[in-house]
Amino acid sequence: MAHAHTVKRYSGLMDWLTTVDHKKIGILYLAAGGFFFLIGGLEAILIRIQLMKPMNDFVSAQTFNELITMHGTTMIFLAAMPMIFGLMNAVIPLQIGARDVAFPFLNSLGFWTFFFGGLLVNVSWFLGGAPDAGWTAYPPLSSERYSGMGIDFYAIGLQIAGIGTLVGGINFLVTIINMRAPGMTFMRMPMFTWASFVTSMIILFAFPALAVGLIALTFDRLFGGNFFDVSGGGNVVLWQHIFWIFGHPEVYILILPAFGIISEIVSTFSKKRLFGYSSMVFATVLIGFLGFMVWVHHMFTVGLGPVGNALFSIATMLIAVPTGIKIFNWIFTMWGGRISFTTASLYGMAFIPTFVMGGVTGVMLAVPGADYQYHDTYFVVAHFHYVIVGGLILGIFGGIFYWWPKMFGRVLNETLGKASFWFFFIGFHLTFFVQHFLGLWGMPRRVYTYLENQGWDDLNWISTIGAFAMGVGTLLVLINIFITGLKPRNADSDPWDGRTLEWTIPSPPPEYNFKQLPLVRGLDALWKEKSAGNKEMTPAEPIGPIHMPSPSLLPFIMSVGLFIAGLGFMYKNYDFTNGFMSMLFGYNIVSIGGLVITFACMFLRSVYDDHGWHIEPEELQDKGVKA
Amino acid sequence: MSQTHAHGHHGPETLPPEPEKATLEGRNKILGFWLFLGGETVLFGTLFASYLALRNQINDGPSGEQLFSLPLVAVATFILLTSSLFSVMAIQALHRHDLKGIQFWLGATVLFGVLFLGLEIYEFFHYVHEGLTFSTSAFSTSFYSLVGFHGAHVLLGVLWIALLIVQLSKKKLTVVTAPKVYVAALYWHFIDVVWVFIFTVVYLMGKVG
Ligand code: HEM
Ligand SMILES: [Cu+2]
Repeated sequence: MAHAHTVKRYSGLMDWLTTVDHKKIGILYLAAGGFFFLIGGLEAILIRIQLMKPMNDFVSAQTFNELITMHGTTMIFLAAMPMIFGLMNAVIPLQIGARDVAFPFLNSLGFWTFFFGGLLVNVSWFLGGAPDAGWTAYPPLSSERYSGMGIDFYAIGLQIAGIGTLVGGINFLVTIINMRAPGMTFMRMPMFTWASFVTSMIILFAFPALAVGLIALTFDRLFGGNFFDVSGGGNVVLWQHIFWIFGHPEVYILILPAFGIISEIVSTFSKKRLFGYSSMVFATVLIGFLGFMVWVHHMFTVGLGPVGNALFSIATMLIAVPTGIKIFNWIFTMWGGRISFTTASLYGMAFIPTFVMGGVTGVMLAVPGADYQYHDTYFVVAHFHYVIVGGLILGIFGGIFYWWPKMFGRVLNETLGKASFWFFFIGFHLTFFVQHFLGLWGMPRRVYTYLENQGWDDLNWISTIGAFAMGVGTLLVLINIFITGLKPRNADSDPWDGRTLEWTIPSPPPEYNFKQLPLVRGLDALWKEKSAGNKEMTPAEPIGPIHMPSPSLLPFIMSVGLFIAGLGFMYKNYDFTNGFMSMLFGYNIVSIGGLVITFACMFLRSVYDDHGWHIEPEELQDKGVKA
Repeated sequence: MSQTHAHGHHGPETLPPEPEKATLEGRNKILGFWLFLGGETVLFGTLFASYLALRNQINDGPSGEQLFSLPLVAVATFILLTSSLFSVMAIQALHRHDLKGIQFWLGATVLFGVLFLGLEIYEFFHYVHEGLTFSTSAFSTSFYSLVGFHGAHVLLGVLWIALLIVQLSKKKLTVVTAPKVYVAALYWHFIDVVWVFIFTVVYLMGKVG
């Protein structure tokens, strides 16, 4: 089938701005998420320097509020989730034996809206002040009466970034449901793909709630709405419900993929199939479901009454059951396995006890009576960092070391890797273990300084030292990436003696992933073939032309349009000294202009059908790729 | 799962009986759209919940009971439900591969959508005139947000389907355009279902208290 379509192929920067290749988008997510992780980490270090000694005046109270707000917001929305999306993009299609994701164009749109949304939140630092009401942005603190424009950046920036997340979630769902290779049944899917599937489900049902919350906040602040304005009949607890109906599932959006990564790492590096695979699947789905039933445990002290508190307390504790199943399955997988201590497996193994500690303090917080004591103290800070740093970030680092050779064709340096691991791991426990006691001894969360001799001085000092050690660990990862980048791309297609489909194709994979789709004959498809003495997967189809989507600049431009529109709305009521500027913003010329850009792109996209292009069989032979 | 794909060169005579599901792209689009509607359900669910929480907070402004006129809303409901029926006719035409039929019924859908919007705009103007602005009370804010969001969806649907009709004249009915028609009809039904809830929760409950 000779096709006359010629496709524009870009190189250099244009290639990255226009790419619709899920592997490249994965790299973009990882890079942008990593960049925001560094910013969030810098903010954390600044917070810790301020709290290093009593009565410190390193930063002002206002700056401190901005720092904690931006740190939390950045870490959750702009660092952790995008890095996960990076790994999901890089790995899922390969694990299920697909040539692409379901919607390559939307995939790119999802990335760019996340990126420009994140940028919008962060430019607030330079445009009159960052958000300062905490990452939870509770009104009335976040109302226009008590907070500056920072909250507008928060609300609109996260709104734009949220579009990207939602689009990404739908894309992964459809990809996993519709595009699995022949024989890849649901119960043969690798755990990381399963976890990503459930995560995407949670995204689909949690993010629209956040969208409404942010819209309501925006309406209140910019258009005179009364959702949360008590003087107009509004209700501030409404915000808390909406926020946590999204917010609690959000923590499972973060942790489930980490669980998936750990499952892959533990079984690969123990040379054993995952113990209790089907109970793992069941536990993942159950956690995803229960995640929506427990949001009120963030609101025990609001005064919703004993019945509500008791029900949500019990629901919360129920989640410990499927989580416990997972922990035991990982341990049983390692039991009697031939464990190799690579950097990835160190991260994987360190994850387990650390996450258990976070889980235990979680159950403690789920007791309403006790929560009245711990609430808004450093005990909570310690708890959630054990879960998100000790769980998720360890998982992400493990996943990065594990899949780096597949993504980039180079194995990260193991010596440096182990050094970074120990710095990060020990630094982490130094930083956060002592915070449990700070909390129990009464140090409140979100205070910008404290008086001396309350018994908090030494532990705060230790905590800050630990934070520096984590910083060193992170820098070592960066150095590792840099040094490895100078080496030739010579990674084996299967450097870890892997079990799943991504290790059957070259590192890095060709743009079409699989020359021939593989035939999947069981769980751990590659391992199954290996143990049957086969070197390669059996192909499920003859070699034929491969359909590829065309690159496009539209997603990038659409996101720029949203960015401009966001700024336009925020500065609508602003007092510009310059008459021309007030006209541009006051008459909504900027905001409408931005929206016009976005809608024009949507129009173009729907009017011009792009049928993509084909890679012909001859070309596949020429390149001499091994399938 | 075969990785078949559209070439867009098929004439209508080679169209399969359900052209919207003939290609993987088409099936992906439809599944993705169903999932998207799942997300939209949460979006409207949250707006409904906010409205229910705030609907008695009328501050010093008028209440829904004073303002709502059931006959007007009933007519709007009738118009929107009928337009949904028209979109069903369009899908039946799609399955008969009847391009003209599709365009005709989609045109009727758009027309009734516009009528509905006209009534809604009239209604909002009337309320503002009676002293219920967006900023009057928590009730007004949540009312205009919920009903306005639905209205915005109708507007978007009208523009989208109108564009689709024009496109169909140029591109005809193919395995590429068929999923677009199908998905647009799904969207329109969704808007309709949401309206049924608005009619019940906002207007009927608002009238009887
Ligand atoms: C890497 C080392 C990190 C350090 C040293 C650190 C330190 C801190 C500190 C000192 C606070 C302020 C607590 C307060 O006064 O309320 C804080 C808050 C927070 N951190 Fe971290 N953090 C780190 C990583 C992370 C990561 C990776 C995440 C999420 C993925 C995260 C999420 C949060 C959140 C959500 C808050 C709450 C902010 C708020 O109260 O609004 N942190 N962190
Ligand atoms: Cu929670």
